[in-house]
Amino acid sequence: MGNIFPRWTNLLAIKVLLCAGALGTCVVAVAWYSWTPKYTRVGYMPQQPIPFDHSLHAGQLGMDCRYCHSFVENSPHSNVPTAQVCWNCHGPGKVKSDSPKLEPLRKAMDENYEGYTGEPIEWVQIHKVPDYAYFNHSVHVNRGVSCVECHGKVNEMPVVYHAKSLSMSWCLDCHRNPESALRPLDQITNLDWTPDDLDPDEFYAYVAGKTGENAEDLKKGDEGKEWGQELIGAHLQMAWDVHPPQDCAACHR
Amino acid sequence: MAGTSTADTKVHPSEAEGVAREPLVLNDRPMSWITDRICGIVENRQPFIWWVLFVPAAMLFGLLMGTLVYLVSTGVGVWGNNQPVAWGWAIVNFVFWIGIGHAGTLISAILFLTRQKWRTSVNRAAEAMTLIAVMCAGIYPGFHVGRFWMVWFLAPVPNANAIWQNFKSPLLWDVFAVSTYFLISVIFWYIGLIPDLATLRDRATKKIPKFLYGFFALGWRSGNRQWRHYEMAYLLLAALSTPLVLSVHSVVSFDFATSVVPGWHTTIFPPYFVAGAIFGGFAMVLTLMLPVRKLYGLEDLFTHKHIDNMSKIILLTGTIVGYAYIMELFISFYGANKFETDAFHLRILSGPYTWAYYCMFFCNVIAPQIFWFQWARHNLWVVFIVANFVNFGMWFERFVIIPTTLARDFLPGQWGYYSPSLTEKLMFAGTFGMFFMLFLLFIRFLPVIAMSEVKGVLPQSDPHFPDWKKLREKRRQADS
Repeated sequence: MGNIFPRWTNLLAIKVLLCAGALGTCVVAVAWYSWTPKYTRVGYMPQQPIPFDHSLHAGQLGMDCRYCHSFVENSPHSNVPTAQVCWNCHGPGKVKSDSPKLEPLRKAMDENYEGYTGEPIEWVQIHKVPDYAYFNHSVHVNRGVSCVECHGKVNEMPVVYHAKSLSMSWCLDCHRNPESALRPLDQITNLDWTPDDLDPDEFYAYVAGKTGENAEDLKKGDEGKEWGQELIGAHLQMAWDVHPPQDCAACHR
Repeated sequence: MAGTSTADTKVHPSEAEGVAREPLVLNDRPMSWITDRICGIVENRQPFIWWVLFVPAAMLFGLLMGTLVYLVSTGVGVWGNNQPVAWGWAIVNFVFWIGIGHAGTLISAILFLTRQKWRTSVNRAAEAMTLIAVMCAGIYPGFHVGRFWMVWFLAPVPNANAIWQNFKSPLLWDVFAVSTYFLISVIFWYIGLIPDLATLRDRATKKIPKFLYGFFALGWRSGNRQWRHYEMAYLLLAALSTPLVLSVHSVVSFDFATSVVPGWHTTIFPPYFVAGAIFGGFAMVLTLMLPVRKLYGLEDLFTHKHIDNMSKIILLTGTIVGYAYIMELFISFYGANKFETDAFHLRILSGPYTWAYYCMFFCNVIAPQIFWFQWARHNLWVVFIVANFVNFGMWFERFVIIPTTLARDFLPGQWGYYSPSLTEKLMFAGTFGMFFMLFLLFIRFLPVIAMSEVKGVLPQSDPHFPDWKKLREKRRQADS
């Protein structure tokens, strides 16, 4: 039996290898971009049973996050409000109580409504941490991590969407550099807060009171440093003795 | 002319010394005989016994796949290992198979660099055995991680979890050591195969074998330039693989030696593991090659000299291993470390696994001593039985090291007893099925002996071969 490989096959192996290499690079590039939470989660904006407008309630009206998500400071789990909470303002004869958009609320609460079921409103969960990761809301909120760090500027969202990736590396970014996210405790739910809103003298006095140092010394020590999140965060980390855990068992128990 | 007359009467160096070297290929076999005999194994129908061996092996392989599916769908809890013995048969078998893989590289690389010509009849099969054994080994740690689909965490790949490997851990070194070893062994084995694949291609009469052998022969034409490049590549790869023979099992031993567990924490582990691996590997090569030799009539190529040499290596490495066993005991006594003394006291006298220790000691240290006698090295049954004792003993060595030590930790409150679950037993049987199935397929489809290399060590390949005229005359007479 003669040679069954014609002459052009001499270069075929090299061509195939080149193509395979190019294809492999493309696959890696596509996977790198599109298989990560940055792509798969960010931007998720499901339709809710009631088109609740956060930008109206938390933005224009200036309601505090904790009016509805009331257990966030005390509980690992931040609650979605019950229909009773909505009913406080949107009950019979109150704000927009007969708007057709509020029909699911009336079904849940209004015993005189014809479609009354008494069943809770089925809100769609947007931010979901996997079962094997234990996230404690109260620990974060009570140590100066604002809602905005994980949920974005909800006060500007007509419809809430997934703003941050919530990937493990994203968690670790902050656990490794906590100063990037700490702010005074009374500003936790102020999603528009910036370091410039803080009075330096008051701040140094507060920190000094916590650490037992002299406020003037602290201030002097910071001369030449830029007033901003990193500086404030670093002081608050010292003042509150914040040491975010980085071992596996911190979140995966 | 004076020149020619001296050439005719020139004495071959080996004869000049007064000791005729035993020929590597018996009965003055010509090159064509070698080609026909080796290619014939691939080209002809397999003997009935091939099927008798292949079918059960393939069934056991199916069993392995079944146990793996069961394991993945249920969880690693189906294995018997748990605290305190977290490393059960899974790691015992991993080390066992990895150890077996060592003979291949030793034969192909170190014996090549040291110009041991007898390696040529053994290296191909030994390398194939190496690759298959490493594949069998890889299954265990892969599934031992618990979530097999997460096994890519072993590789340092940037990921959304910010998980990065702990480069201080010998378990990670293991990943690199074993994967490097497998990769280099595959390349080395394949490079060695190319001229023989070309021979099979040239002899092929059917289209599919012609295509496949031709494809993998990479256009080999046996040209002078091709041979020059080829031999340089082979030499370089041999030099690259040589350190791997020592490094891989050293790194495997670090899994134990760098821990602080008494019974593991000893500096003797790396050399002792390497010697043990070569020991076990040669035993497995003999276990496989003695039947192959008989079955396919390769007695002239794989001769008593080969078996004799390999038996001597087994004797040497077995004795080194025995020395290591005794030295471990001596140091535990002489070092006067209480925990160390206790660990070995438990291992050999009062622990729950003392039977395993004596089993290991007999198989690995006592049994090979029979190879001091030439008659034993020349009796194939004795060699085969001792080789199997060694296979058995080397498995027991790993068993003694792992569960024995873990079952008796520092605190008596943590003491426990480990015995494997049925799944583990079936899985181990399954890897043997995989091992034999792949080896039988190797025999079926690839040249089991490196033809081109054996031809290179024939006396008639020597450009100064003195007796070629005599040999040619003898052949003519035999033909007529």
